[in-house]
Amino acid sequence: MADYETFQHDVLVIGAGGAGLRAAIEASAAGVSVGLICKSLLGKAHTVMAEGGIAAALANVDERDNWKVHFADTVRGGQYVNQWRMAELHAKEAPDRVRELEAWGAVFDRTKDGRILQRNFGGHKYPRLAHVGDRTGLEMIRTLQDHGVHQGIDVHMERTILTLLKQSGRVVGALGYDRERGRFLVFRAKAIVLATGGIGRAYKITSNSWEYTGDGHALAYVAGAELIDMEFVQFHPTGMVWPPSVCGILVTEGVRGEGGILTNKDGRRFMFDSIPENYRAQTADNEEEGWRYCQGDKDARRPPELLTRDHIARCIVREIKEGRGSPHGGVFLDIAWIKKKIPNAAEHIKKKLPSMYHQFKQLADIDITEQPMEVGPTTHYVMGGIRVDSDTQMSRLPGLFAAGECAAGINGANRLGGNSLSDLLVFGKRAGEFAAQFAKENQLGDINGNEIENVAHEALRPFERSRGENPYMLQRDLQETMQDNVGIVRNEAEMTSQLEYLRKLWERASHVGVSGNREFNPGWHTALDLKNLLTVSEAVTRAALERKESRGAQFREDYPEKDARFANVNTIIWRGEDGRMNVRLDPLPEMPDYLKQVIEEMK
Amino acid sequence: MNVQFKIWRGDASGGKFREYATEVSEGMVVLDAVHDIQRTQANDLACRWNCKAGKCGSCSAEVNGMPKLMCMTRMSDLPLDRPITIEPMKAFPIVKDLITDVSWNFRVKQKIKKFKPRPPDAPDGTWRMQQEDIDRVQEFRKCIECFLCQDVCHVLRDHQMHDRFIGPRFLIYAAALEMHPLDTENRVAELREAHGIGYCNITKCCTKVCPEEIEITDNGIIPLKERVVDEFYDPLGWLWRTGKRKREP
Ligand SMILES: Cc1cc2nc3c(=O)[nH]c(=O)nc-3n(C[C@H](O)[C@H](O)[C@H](O)COP(=O)(O)OP(=O)(O)OC[C@H]3O[C@@H](n4cnc5c(N)ncnc54)[C@H](O)[C@@H]3O)c2cc1C
Ligand code: SF4
Ligand code: SF4
Ligand code: FES
Repeated sequence: MADYETFQHDVLVIGAGGAGLRAAIEASAAGVSVGLICKSLLGKAHTVMAEGGIAAALANVDERDNWKVHFADTVRGGQYVNQWRMAELHAKEAPDRVRELEAWGAVFDRTKDGRILQRNFGGHKYPRLAHVGDRTGLEMIRTLQDHGVHQGIDVHMERTILTLLKQSGRVVGALGYDRERGRFLVFRAKAIVLATGGIGRAYKITSNSWEYTGDGHALAYVAGAELIDMEFVQFHPTGMVWPPSVCGILVTEGVRGEGGILTNKDGRRFMFDSIPENYRAQTADNEEEGWRYCQGDKDARRPPELLTRDHIARCIVREIKEGRGSPHGGVFLDIAWIKKKIPNAAEHIKKKLPSMYHQFKQLADIDITEQPMEVGPTTHYVMGGIRVDSDTQMSRLPGLFAAGECAAGINGANRLGGNSLSDLLVFGKRAGEFAAQFAKENQLGDINGNEIENVAHEALRPFERSRGENPYMLQRDLQETMQDNVGIVRNEAEMTSQLEYLRKLWERASHVGVSGNREFNPGWHTALDLKNLLTVSEAVTRAALERKESRGAQFREDYPEKDARFANVNTIIWRGEDGRMNVRLDPLPEMPDYLKQVIEEMK
Repeated sequence: MNVQFKIWRGDASGGKFREYATEVSEGMVVLDAVHDIQRTQANDLACRWNCKAGKCGSCSAEVNGMPKLMCMTRMSDLPLDRPITIEPMKAFPIVKDLITDVSWNFRVKQKIKKFKPRPPDAPDGTWRMQQEDIDRVQEFRKCIECFLCQDVCHVLRDHQMHDRFIGPRFLIYAAALEMHPLDTENRVAELREAHGIGYCNITKCCTKVCPEEIEITDNGIIPLKERVVDEFYDPLGWLWRTGKRKREP
């Protein structure tokens, strides 16, 4: 084996967003040595972009809130295919995780009596999201990062992991490269936590950055872990649609939490026209009641703009398809209208939604305190991911843990806004804790030099084909076809043809070429990421074909209704001995009676 | 419309401006143009970005000589009849093309004493703070660490005093900690000595380029300087004031 620089840590955390940082902090606090790797600079992970808030039943604004309500909201939003144990732990532990951030220096917006303020969000019965204006993710990642760097964690910035290394069925390390020089690096570890985030770059219209190529999903899958719920991709109802260059950039649900309304070109609040049966009892049936809810009236029910994301995204698609959309193919999101209701509305909007104000002003020449925004659905989040044990976050591969967006189970068929940031904290902590424990109970394994040579050799192949296909073009073709064929509205024919197309893309991927040298070469990085993107795209397509019904984020026009046959199963994706991708349905674990009772009480 | 660009290409050993041209359409920002060029003409053109919405602070560069976030700089705000120049920040060592080595900033931050809260106010381990007491701290915490302020500060850019001066970004970082209603640490001695606050002569160049519109000098550095002076000349008065400031909820 060539002489690659080698690092050694008890616990290696791959990913430095909220989940990775929280895991690293916990593992390090348990007394083991920790390495933390990220593709970008520290503090630039996706978590920094989160806007609206962190969901936790602190009950600071509405004392009726508690973990049971949060649990019931989460599984109702997830259409009851969530892993109940994760949803339970999440609801119970989120408040402590948020309070802990305050002890580490986070400065949340305050209630009048000086406690952490909470705002309304879709699918949450009470105001539940701890927030800082609309830059909550920045506050969270900065707090964790600043706390973490004083704990002696070794941070490896701008380094990308290419493969996990195994020895007799257990993970023992990882091979990666540094982006700056393009050199290969070997990381040896007793336990590994994947916290690599999502897969949004598989789609054309997305709120996600270049980092979201499904690396952790693919690394775990190739190493032998299982993926679960991959058909459930969240299309956020409100992304920017105009101008074209900003299409897909997120408009936080916080806008609707603060009273923003959705209207079509006729000025109609179309969400009132389609309130699903299981939310009817909790949803306002007139505009006046909806507004009172946003103003904190505890007797009022929430406006239909705060229904779950899957549903709103579909209603928006319907309005557009039926010719009632806005000029640039979206619908209107209006917060300026609150001028009619409160004094100093413009100031209020700027205070509560400063980055939205800024974003629209600067990128679209729209003053949101005066004019409505134009919005449409954008690929945002993946509910599916690495299958883990609910308590420890360990995958089926000993020593391999996963947390955050790349892990799955808490969200079921649809994630509620704000439940991701809290998920990162709750399960990041747990992953760190149990990875540290695993590291204490196990020794370092041996690294297989041949395996490393093969991967390194393969990774350099694109340089031998400087006249090969441009990796960016292949990425574009993938994104366009996934958007068209496995998007918000799906059917068997399109998805089957997409599987066929993916086969061709796999073939083309083996011919991509890059020019230049190994030093900070984005063309090369893009070529290397393709394999992961193709893997997750195939997983989404296969899982979506398998679930022959519509539930949560998955809408199949050939099976437009929920089907009892799929009410108690998850799709599982795994890699066969022959390297082929397999899919099967596994029954959900039986929910214990005390949780069933909670759901019953909260109906 | 077809627009000309001059983009700096090279590495630590040297480099030069290279010319490119690309189509510019409505609403485009500089980062879009760079991406188009990267996608179609220069696959290996190196630049950093993540959010494309001014939230992560990755895409800092100098556009027509002005320190900017490329993702928030509209093409329509630039004169398009002559080539647009894009080059890396000047205050940090070059890695490649538009990428500089900003690791110094991460090392500096680690040297600033961390947050140390007073004991919780309530039995459940929580604190009480009034919104008006945290507005200022929240202003500083909006910082996205784009390091554009560091790039323009003459103490770092022209005088290269990176070993004696932490720069505006970290002065407001220290200010956010010092003004945090719960914090009990005292960073004043370091600010004066190791962190070199005295090198700042309030030119306000940092404030002018901050994409988050943080009033770095007026709200952060000047009050900090006052504290340093107060404590240095009047240690007892300072102690009294800090005690008071920090005990009042
Ligand atoms: C615009 C926007 C707004 C949002 N707002 C909210 C909100 O208000 N509330 C909420 O709850 N959720 C929100 N979300 C969702 C939430 O922000 C994300 O789901 C969450 O931040 C993901 O965190 P993470 O820790 O799992 O991953 P990330 O924060 O994305 O971190 C992933 C890390 O893994 C690293 N990585 C990936 N691949 C590799 C590799 N191969 N090698 C090495 N490192 C790797 C990356 O560099 C990065 O450091 C929002 C998302 C977006 C895009
Ligand atoms: S005001 Fe001070 S910190 Fe800011 S640029 Fe001028 S000298 Fe530098
Ligand atoms: S203070 Fe402003 S200019 Fe300086 S790093 Fe922060 S956001 Fe950038
Ligand atoms: S890409 Fe995030 S600030 Fe420009």
